[in-house]
Amino acid sequence: MTALTGRTITRAWPRPRADFPVCTASDYTPALQTFRPQKGGPTLKRIEVTVNGVRREAEVEPRQLLVYFLRETLGLTGTNVGCDTTSCGACTVLLDGESVKSCNLLAVQADGREITTIEAMATDGQLHPIQQAFHENHGLQCGYCTPGMIMAAASFLEENPSPTEEEVRMALEGNLCRCTGYQNIVKSILAASQQMSGAKA
Amino acid sequence: MATTERYVGSSVPRKEDAELVTGRGRYTDDMAIPGMLWMAVVRSPFGHARVKSVDVSKALGMDGVVAAFAGGDFDWAGPLLMAWPVTSDINNPPHFPLAKDKARYAGDGVAVVVAESRAAAVDAAESVHVDYEPLPAVVDMEAALAEGAPIVHDEFGTNRCYVWTNTNGDVDKVFAEAPVIVKERYRVQRQVPNAIEPRAILVEPNNATGQFTMWSSTQIPHVLRTAMALATGIPESKLRIVAPRVGGGFGSKLQVYPEEALALELSRRLGRPIKWTETRSEGYLATHHGRDQIQEMELAADEDGRIRGFRAKVLANMGAYLRIIAPGTPVLGAFLYCGAYTGEAYQIELTGVFTNTTPVDAYRGAGRPEATNAIERAIDALARRVGKDPVEIRRMNFMPPFTEATQSIGGLMIDSGNYPATLDKALELADYEQLRKEQQARRASGDVKQLGIGFSTYLENCGWGPSRIIGGVLQYAGGGWEAATIRCHPTGKVVVITGATPHGQGSETAFAQIAADELGVPIDDVEVLFGDTDVSPNGWDTYGSRGAAVGSPAVAMAARKVVAKARKIAAHELEVSEEDLTYESGRFTVKGAPDRAKTVPEIAFSAWTAHNLPDEVEPGLEESAFFDPGNLVFPYGAHICAVEVDTETGEVEVVKYVAVDDVGTIINPQLVEGQVVGGVVQGIAEALYEEAVYDENGQLVTSNMSNYAIPAAPEVPSIATGSHVTPSTTNDLGIKGVGETGTIASPPAVLNAVVDALSPLGVTEIERPATPENVWKAIRRAKGGAA
Repeated sequence: MTALTGRTITRAWPRPRADFPVCTASDYTPALQTFRPQKGGPTLKRIEVTVNGVRREAEVEPRQLLVYFLRETLGLTGTNVGCDTTSCGACTVLLDGESVKSCNLLAVQADGREITTIEAMATDGQLHPIQQAFHENHGLQCGYCTPGMIMAAASFLEENPSPTEEEVRMALEGNLCRCTGYQNIVKSILAASQQMSGAKA
Repeated sequence: MATTERYVGSSVPRKEDAELVTGRGRYTDDMAIPGMLWMAVVRSPFGHARVKSVDVSKALGMDGVVAAFAGGDFDWAGPLLMAWPVTSDINNPPHFPLAKDKARYAGDGVAVVVAESRAAAVDAAESVHVDYEPLPAVVDMEAALAEGAPIVHDEFGTNRCYVWTNTNGDVDKVFAEAPVIVKERYRVQRQVPNAIEPRAILVEPNNATGQFTMWSSTQIPHVLRTAMALATGIPESKLRIVAPRVGGGFGSKLQVYPEEALALELSRRLGRPIKWTETRSEGYLATHHGRDQIQEMELAADEDGRIRGFRAKVLANMGAYLRIIAPGTPVLGAFLYCGAYTGEAYQIELTGVFTNTTPVDAYRGAGRPEATNAIERAIDALARRVGKDPVEIRRMNFMPPFTEATQSIGGLMIDSGNYPATLDKALELADYEQLRKEQQARRASGDVKQLGIGFSTYLENCGWGPSRIIGGVLQYAGGGWEAATIRCHPTGKVVVITGATPHGQGSETAFAQIAADELGVPIDDVEVLFGDTDVSPNGWDTYGSRGAAVGSPAVAMAARKVVAKARKIAAHELEVSEEDLTYESGRFTVKGAPDRAKTVPEIAFSAWTAHNLPDEVEPGLEESAFFDPGNLVFPYGAHICAVEVDTETGEVEVVKYVAVDDVGTIINPQLVEGQVVGGVVQGIAEALYEEAVYDENGQLVTSNMSNYAIPAAPEVPSIATGSHVTPSTTNDLGIKGVGETGTIASPPAVLNAVVDALSPLGVTEIERPATPENVWKAIRRAKGGAA
């Protein structure tokens, strides 16, 4: 947990007695979320980022994660949080065009860079081909992992415009879905790749 | 406006998707209210400990902290709802949102803090000083029942929660006389449900009126409202609960959680909006777990493999407290330890057990995956014993096909079924003969990677449920009907309001399909509202594969009431008798004069203006219906799994998976396929990867997504699906329900395949999950080496 939050949790609970075996794996070690300047709190740092094509300036706590900056400071709640261990990928966004898990970066690390979130994928009232393909191929159920899946797919299809099923599955290894069994997500991305390369040709 | 297109039966793309693919769907954690405070719960780090004192003074002195309370600072109107006392003598400990005297599992809440930001709340929670006296913990069910075990609830003097039994036929005689007895022992490991959206709660008080609105990531806003009224004393009439977009549930959000009661009570005390969102690691402790049974399964059979008797003894882990339907979860499977097979006698004994672990409750399938594990693996053991193919042993024991409700030896009155039909179709889709040839070739060549083929010809009961039955013999405190209202607006647009609460299944689309067909309007003219107790009629929400099976008939009934009223108005306007009208696809036509007609949208306008209604007809075109089914529904099917097992490393790969299911009438094939595939993959994960592990002190070792193995896309196969339809006789739409079939069916298909692959090595049993380690150990054991 230390690595994720950038902070060692100081524990106020009494340590267990020496004769009582201890396992710390499941001790309550919550990730930090939602910041508000506190008296005597850390110095705020000014950052400038371009989010979905718009230049934004903000003062952030150095410990604030990028995903909370997007969700709570900018109000871009399409990017979701599904875990606190960088496992699920629900928070995937594009940083300078490449997919990153926005729970695994501090907001200050995005200073001077360009971020794209799910909110910018549809343009002029038209769904992005990947969004359209998810809709047509039933690539989502509860929808919570979907923005992350779509952003991961967008980055991947830039790198590999005509992937095989195997390659799509490998590309999604950092994104978890509990509803679909992945089958229709994979199908959607393959359909989108055909649509997109067809449009380019 | 009228259309002749039928929506039911076609893969209509989902109405839900537009907002979900664009990031505009609103989940609970996406919301904030001015003046909102954050809540954090202080949780026991011990599996079992006496709480000697709680000191919140340091936390209260911290910047941004508004309030902090210990368990003893609350005086609840009642405990959290436990709705299913399965026996009259059940040990049912009242469960309050915070522990006072004793923490009974790692993660049990002992104090709560409220602060201006989430970070401040979390910082303050860490500053609450709790003086614990650690006690010995018990996590294993057999250890918990042994003499001298640490007792979870001291007042009972035992960890036995209840014993529930059911017997049909002369079990002792059948088992005494049968020439073949197969006795197996299975452990169905504990699971963490892992809906990808963590739980979240937001409560807003109206300090002037005493009304409260709670947004919660819940499957059950209606049930939750009553439960919150019972816990806090705030009447249901002043309580509005909203389940906005919910990011999956799988049973884990079919619950009344301590945090929901705490947030509501704190918003009342402080007069401020309160928000809480669990972190995933916190959820691993605080959100209920699933499964966790130890099963002894016995079959009595003739020498040729014909089954005569079924006998099961099951220990079911309840965890530290009884949650909403925890004792009943194993009962949901208690009639299914005979699967789809015939016999003369049946006996089941379920024992609920308290342990120092996170409470266990419904997880996708709830009781039925466990039962299916027992019977489908035991019938394979019987096949091996009598030297028969797993297909042959199933065929000879299936209940014969039936189209009228028929009694099973397990005690169910099953709606309809044709078990051999799904098996035949699955064999064809899987190309069974070819698989066996390939297996023979690999066995002959001594290939390191052996091929195994596994079957699961499951039967389940769902569509919760007939109120008289579940409240009668099953002792459930709630009902099982569903409600729907249909409102036709003046311009002909339609709103369907359901008491069900879908959270990813696609029911919004399915209900719209049904209403559009019944009313003959385009589906884009139908909106479906749900999940808000101030908007929707009282209903019983979504779980137990009841959305389609119980929710849909209510929608159809309400629509037919609308049509019946519209017919009266149409007859009046056309100056004919009602009998002189035919109705088809939203259009009333005078018999013999097809140009004289009125459509439902036209009648909706007439009913709104009410200028010219028949005397006995009230204005408006809006009707409600309540559907209480007379029986459960009984999906079944045949799943075939082929695996490759590396006999050196123990690694298992699913190379082929075929699922043929009978879920009755299909409203939307794409949605059904989505449910089946998603469920099957969740079940494959259960068979091969996932296990919640505690150490002996009650510490959850698999404590977050980085050490609990949820498979990603590269680990899982593509699933081939097929269907066979015998309409259910429980509802006149013929629907059986599909939400849970995949997780019910697939684990034993996979495990049977692993055992089949290794049977030439003498392996007859495999521990769940079939991880490389467990497979490797099984091979070693079979070879006579130390595992």
